[in-house]
Parts: sequence; structure tokens; C-alpha cells
Amino acid sequence: MKPLISLSGLTKSFGDVEVLKGIEAEIGEGEFFSLLGPSGCGKTTLLRIIAGFETPTSGALLLGGQNMAGVPANKRPTNMVFQSYAVFPHLSVAQNVGFGLRRSGLSQTEKGKKIEEALGMVGLAGYGGRAAHALSGGQRQRVALARALILEPKVLLLDEPLSALDKKLREQMQSELRRLQRQVGITFILVTHDQEEALIMSDRIAVMFDGQIAQLAAPQELYRRPVSRRVGDFIGVMNFLPADGRLEEGRDIVLDIAGLGRTVVEQDQCPAGFVNGSGAVGVRPESLQILFEGEQARGEVAKGEVAEVIYYGDMTYYEIALPGAPERLTVSMKNRAGRPVLERGVAARLEWDASSLIYFPA
Amino acid sequence: MSAWLAKRGGWLWAYAVAYLVFLYAPIFLLPLFAFNDSTVIAFPLQGFTTEWFKGLTGVPALTGSVKTSLIIAVTSSVLATLLGLCAARAGVRYRFPGKGPILGLIMVPLVLPEIIVGVSLLVVIVSILGAPLSSWTVILGHTLICTPFAVAILNASYQSLDTSLEEAAIDLGETPASTFRLVTLPLIMPGIVASLLISFTISLDEFIIAFFLTGAEPTLPVYIWSQLRFPQKLPIIMALGTILVAASVVLLTLAEIMRRRGLRRAGAKDTGGFL
Repeated sequence: MKPLISLSGLTKSFGDVEVLKGIEAEIGEGEFFSLLGPSGCGKTTLLRIIAGFETPTSGALLLGGQNMAGVPANKRPTNMVFQSYAVFPHLSVAQNVGFGLRRSGLSQTEKGKKIEEALGMVGLAGYGGRAAHALSGGQRQRVALARALILEPKVLLLDEPLSALDKKLREQMQSELRRLQRQVGITFILVTHDQEEALIMSDRIAVMFDGQIAQLAAPQELYRRPVSRRVGDFIGVMNFLPADGRLEEGRDIVLDIAGLGRTVVEQDQCPAGFVNGSGAVGVRPESLQILFEGEQARGEVAKGEVAEVIYYGDMTYYEIALPGAPERLTVSMKNRAGRPVLERGVAARLEWDASSLIYFPA
Repeated sequence: MSAWLAKRGGWLWAYAVAYLVFLYAPIFLLPLFAFNDSTVIAFPLQGFTTEWFKGLTGVPALTGSVKTSLIIAVTSSVLATLLGLCAARAGVRYRFPGKGPILGLIMVPLVLPEIIVGVSLLVVIVSILGAPLSSWTVILGHTLICTPFAVAILNASYQSLDTSLEEAAIDLGETPASTFRLVTLPLIMPGIVASLLISFTISLDEFIIAFFLTGAEPTLPVYIWSQLRFPQKLPIIMALGTILVAASVVLLTLAEIMRRRGLRRAGAKDTGGFL
């Protein structure tokens, strides 16, 4: 990966409030990069610093090897899709899309051609003559995209672009944005609070809490190996159980997990904090299996009771109460043909495997 | 009667009607006597005439005062709108020390008795600065009282203008100045027009400040007041008043239409009009 943007020691304070506390990251050329975090984590401020709308309190931002300090937003090779889309309501669709070409020196016909191309790219061919204020939310979004992409920026910044759309349209735009990014090959930086959206679209994700990057990794890495309980909790669903580890015979660790019971793992499978120490283990809903009647266990088994059933059509989510576990465990099961949906209150056998555990030492 | 009233929404409705009659009946008397063929302002009416309107044109002092008033109204409405534009932008877009008190003080002339404004300006201009009274001193006073109205209207325009629209223009390569021209100005234009019209109307019919500060050339209201001493001129004043009322209604209606169009254009919700 060839780095295009490099952030080093970036901080930003508004008055007494420190919004960013030392951001270190490199974003590659042609990468789809997401800034993911809850509201107030500083992700939008970071995006606005890259765009040039905010000045960092300290630290450096390099874009294509060039220091961006003192370079105003209108001179940066970045373009932004705003959360509110910011489509100019007094202009037509074509005038909106061609807005940035005013200083390009292109002839009127060249401009018209580029505008039509950009509109075609976002699926709005032939919409140029429409008034912008008469467009639907999804169409406005596409106009904002075309308007930003027509200038062929090095970086496209997207500030929660899909949050105002309804679910169906949002899912459609997610795959479309991904397709568009591959097509134009420009670096996209997406700000979102929706972990699912980030997982679906990104090459890499920076998870941010309280003005810091908690973890920067590819989606699979982030989902499978979250570095902290907080990250694991934020990305997808995870069950957390208190656990104690004890070193036995100098090589194996006996783990005593609340609710699930005992298991033995090799010492190199388990972080040092569990060598005669305690902490929590995390387990994803899909790593737990309910054993239906007649099914043979292949791993460890814990016995409990079905406390809640949430039926999704393709999947059923069960909440299983295990004796000894502080909280109910969420288990997801595919609804295969011939597989029953269990009812609330029945006994359930839960199969699990030590290899799917994620360790969070205290 | 009471059954009819109950059906129509009760006594509350009767109260509303009485209130409106009390408020507007005197104004409806203006055109009534402006077209009445008698120099005496009294019922019964004597017949229809347009004599008094014709009489308006033949008085040089009157046409002079109309000209003075128009110059003063145009100048002060432009000045007040320019100042209001700056204040509204500062108030809505920026944070600075002392912002609350400063913006509050700008709005004070809205509630200050005009006679106080007039007298104090007179003292400052004549006794302290030693400057002669002229149309400029009236413009000064009128700008002072019109500016709060301009600020109120333009505040609303700026508030309903999404900040990211200006940021988007800058992001697309425009400078702050060209952004103002290409994006901000067209979007707040209805507010600017509304502010100009309302300031113009306020200045045109303002009497007290003009009375204190006017120089050798009186404004229209001051001229009207001076003519009230001559009873035979009264019907002419009625005709003049009719024209003024009609013009005010037209201007204020235009201002309100502009304000609403501005909100629609910016895609904002109407949160109660200025008028």
C-alpha cells in the first residue's frame, strides 16, 4: 500500500474540550478507509481537518507527501460529500454537478460532456435540467457524489452520507459506493457510526473512541481479533464472560469460564494475562451452536435454558440463560430446512469451541 | 343572536371581530373621506370626487417632501440592510467575546421610545458635534431604528441557510468572496429584499425622529403634520394618507412573500412570520 495521507500526532481542542488526542494513521492510495465510532468520538472533526475546514491544534497532516498546514480547503485535492448533501437549492442538477468546473477553463461543451459523464456514473443520466430542490434524498445524494467526483480529487471525503436514507436505499447505496470507488480508484474516507456499514464497505477501518484510534485494521481482523472489550462490543455482537486462568503442569492453561465451564488451552493460544490471572473471554453468537435433538456434540457443551427467541427469517437469535453466567448469551442459528425454532423456556444444549474464544485480560 | 354566535365559535369570535374593527376602521375612513366631495370631514358623505387627489400634484412643497422622504427612505433602508447583513452573519456564524451584549444592544432601538432617540440624537448632533441638521441626520436616525428590523429578518435568513452549503462551495474551489456571491447571496436574497422593503416602509412613515432631525427640507410625515393646521387642506391629506396606506400594504405584502419564498428555497420550515 502506497500511503497517500499521513496523520501524525494530530490533536484538536475546541476551547477546553480536547476532541482529538493524538491521531496517528496512514491512509493508502485507492483505499476505502472508514472512520468508525460513536457520536462525539471526533471522527467528523478528523474528516473536517483533512478537508481543511478545521485547523489542527497540533500535529501534521501530509497529503501526497505535502504538508497541508496553511493550505485552505479550496486549494486541497480533496472533495467532500456532506451529511446534509449541501446540494445548492437555487441551481439545477447540471449547475450543481458542474459547480467546481467554473475555474477549470474548460469550454462550455467540454463542461457539458463532463457533467453528463458524472451524472451517468451515479445513475442520474438525463437529470441535468431538473431543479435541485425538487430531488428526493437519494437523488440529492447522487448529485453530491457526482459534484465531488467531477473534479477528480485525490481523496473523496464522505461525512455519514447514508445516515439520512431509509434501509433499502442505504443498502443499495453501500454497494454502489463500493462499486464506484473501485471504478474511479480514488481514496475514499468514510465517516460512519454504523459498524455494519463500515464492515461492508471498507478496506480498513479505524475505530475511534474519545478522540483516539482504538484499533486500525481490516474488517475481518477487526471482527475476529478486537484489541479491547470496547472494540469487540462496538463491532457486531459479542458475549462477554468472566474467566480465570491457571497454569497447570507448566505448559497448559486451565480456563474456568463462568457459565461455559472448564477447558484446557495451550499456553501460546492464550495471552499472558490469563497465566494465573483473570479477565473476560468474548464469544460471537455464530461461534456458539445449539444442539438440536439427535445431534452429536463435537466440542464442549454447556446446558442452559432458552430465555428469548428472536426470529429474523433467515436466522433465529436465541438468548440462552446458563447457570453461573452473569448475563444471557446471544446465539445465532441459521434456519435450515427441517431445523425447528425452539420455544422460550425449553432446555438447550450449547456447543462451543475454545478456538473461537477471544481473550480480554483484565 | 347568541345562538348564531355560538354556532360561529362563540363570543371569542365576536371579540376578534370587534378588535379588528377597532384596529382598522379608522384606516378605512381615510379613503372614504379622500373621495368625499366636501372640505369638512364629517358624515353624511357628500358625493364622489377625485378632486383631492388632483390637488396633490399642484403643491411644490408636497412634491419636495415626497422626494426628500424617498431619498431618505432608500438610503436608510440600504444602510440598515448592509449593517443588518454584517450583524446577522456575525451573530449566526461566528463566536466572539461579548457577542450576547453586542447583539442585544443592536436590537435595543426596537423598544426605545422614538422621542428619546430623536432628542438624544439632536443633542449629540447639534450641541456636541455642532453639525447642521439635514437629510443626512434624518438618515442617521432612521438607519438606527431600521437596523434591528433588518437584523431580525436577516438572522432568520442566515439561520435557515445550511452552513455546509457555503463549505461545499469552498470545497469545490471557490474563495470565501465568490462563495458569498454565488451561493450565500442568491439564497438570502429574499431576506435582503424583505429587509429593504420593511426598512423603507418604516423610514417613509416615521415622524418623531424626522421631526427632530430634519433640516430645511421636511419629510412627508413632517409636511403632513404641518398642514394639519389648515382645515381646508384636510381632504388633500386624506388623499395622501390613502396613497401611503396602499403603498405600505403593497410593500409589506411583497416583503412577506419574499420572506416565505426564501424559506421555501432554503428548504426550511416556516416558524412564524415577521409580520
